[in-house]
Amino acid sequence: MINPDAKLAENIFDTPEMEPTRNGFGRGLVEAAEKDERIIALCADLTESTRMEEFAKKFPERYVEVGVAEQNLAALASGCANYGKIPFITSYATFSPGRNNEQIRTTIAINNLPVKIVGSHAGVSVGPDGATHQALEDMALMRVLPRMTVLYPCDAEEAQKATIASVGVNGPVYIRLAREKSPLCTTRDTPFEVGKAIEFWRGKNPQVAIFATGPLVYNALLAARELEKEGVGVVVANVHTVKPLDEEVLVSLARECGAVVTVEEHQIAGGFGSATAELLARERPTPIEFIGVHDQFGQSGKPEELIEHYGMGVSYIVAATKKVVARTHQK
Amino acid sequence: MLVAAGSGHTAGPLGMADIFTALYFRILKHDPKSPEWEDRDRLFLSNGHICPVRYATMAHAGYFPVEECLTLRKFGSRLQGHPERERLPGIETTSGPLGSGLSQAAGYAYAARMPARPNGRSGGDKKKFRIYCAMSDGEHDAGNTWEAAMFAAKNRLSNLTGIIDRNNIQIDGYTEDIMPLEPLRDKYEAFGWHVLEVDGHNIPQFIAMCSEAEAIQEKPTVIIAHTIPGKGIKEIENDFRWHGSPPGKGPTDVIPAEEQGKVFLDELRTLGGKITSEHQ
Repeated sequence: MINPDAKLAENIFDTPEMEPTRNGFGRGLVEAAEKDERIIALCADLTESTRMEEFAKKFPERYVEVGVAEQNLAALASGCANYGKIPFITSYATFSPGRNNEQIRTTIAINNLPVKIVGSHAGVSVGPDGATHQALEDMALMRVLPRMTVLYPCDAEEAQKATIASVGVNGPVYIRLAREKSPLCTTRDTPFEVGKAIEFWRGKNPQVAIFATGPLVYNALLAARELEKEGVGVVVANVHTVKPLDEEVLVSLARECGAVVTVEEHQIAGGFGSATAELLARERPTPIEFIGVHDQFGQSGKPEELIEHYGMGVSYIVAATKKVVARTHQK
Repeated sequence: MLVAAGSGHTAGPLGMADIFTALYFRILKHDPKSPEWEDRDRLFLSNGHICPVRYATMAHAGYFPVEECLTLRKFGSRLQGHPERERLPGIETTSGPLGSGLSQAAGYAYAARMPARPNGRSGGDKKKFRIYCAMSDGEHDAGNTWEAAMFAAKNRLSNLTGIIDRNNIQIDGYTEDIMPLEPLRDKYEAFGWHVLEVDGHNIPQFIAMCSEAEAIQEKPTVIIAHTIPGKGIKEIENDFRWHGSPPGKGPTDVIPAEEQGKVFLDELRTLGGKITSEHQ
């Protein structure tokens, strides 16, 4: 059943409200900027679709239009942060942190400056735009950078909290956002702390820990409910902070359940599943199944059909869970 | 420094020695004893590979002991092969990968002009300091440099002065063979900059140009400094093969490798044999 301490939305399985995570970012940015004058925002010609519009209206003097120039976007922000500002930079994740990866590495990460990099339109759920605009590698690029914190909120509410919390991280942060609407799982009362995974679901005698990140957390919850009907108990943890991982919680759940499924809308290689495997191989070797994109690019289509096509729908999570249970029992 | 390091770039640092001397000993408002002084002028070095000349000038200006220069590129040194802001006070930014220094300097110049308070009028913090950005000519191959040039012009960043080391060489050869940059002056003017040109070895003229740049209020200024790469050592001057080689590992058709360090140092110290008291 749903963990009551997580204070999730009540209608979560019936008629959940739908909103893209980028909306929550837009609200969070305005809220954070109202409290902290150092916050400025730079955008590379995608102000409306990265939801920086409200900020630009409210704080025109703190908003910087850079044009289609993502390398400049990152390095300009480095300069602004060097001066003492806290810059948020937005574009689509394929372009930032994709195109400007070296500028982020050198001018932001090695320089150790508190630029908040916001990559929207991550994952295949971008839909009709196709492979060029569906970032599937961005978390891998960001999580290998020393000093970088990586946040991947599960819904718009959490995106708002993550945006505000990122200001308190004294260093660079990457925030991964989605274009498409997704269910609002959390509420204003759901706890959020950078680096702390939260248990969203706990079944009876859990045999598998499902670690999920981003909007697919909802699919993990749907899978948990279905598995429970079939008599397979699981725990679902929302791991919104992909770096640094909540090692304590992840290792302890792996130890308790004995098997793990990771869920993310990203390449398996280098992403959240990889990060989890690196941790568990070291601390608590555990059988793992990985839900995510397996070394492929996306394509045009409807978000939900792409999620299914690339093996991230609820039925795939259910199957992966049963598979990892079988593997564990064989041992 | 380069002989002791056994690697690094020779031509660029020698070619920019006069300009760095002018910057640290006349142009920049700075305090070696207080590298983080709030009102200092900021010097961004975009082409980080010429850092030996910056380190040497900073040492002579009093930022750190001159002897520390010999730790260049060595394990544990503050003098990294390419400069790092986190390691050495007085280095405004980490650099080396070419093409992004002007963006950082422009971002800094822009931020310095932003209003300190929400809904404040433009003019912002009204900081009096200037931002300088030293660049190579070769890094004008990079699109990022021109992205920054457009941004600085759009925002009329007159608190920013660019300095281009126009030495006509890059690693693979002469700039006009690798990827022609000319007409460089026309390009910057077309991008909306005020452009000045100077003999990069004429210190008084360079100082005058920096003053002129400060007087231009409506746009950013770039000074194209025509320099001789390897200046002061006739065997190195204008030879692109010395771009990335230290003495001892450079071309051997003129001077054998094992003699390069000694001969070149002697040439520098005696100004090509003119100062007889400096002969070792």
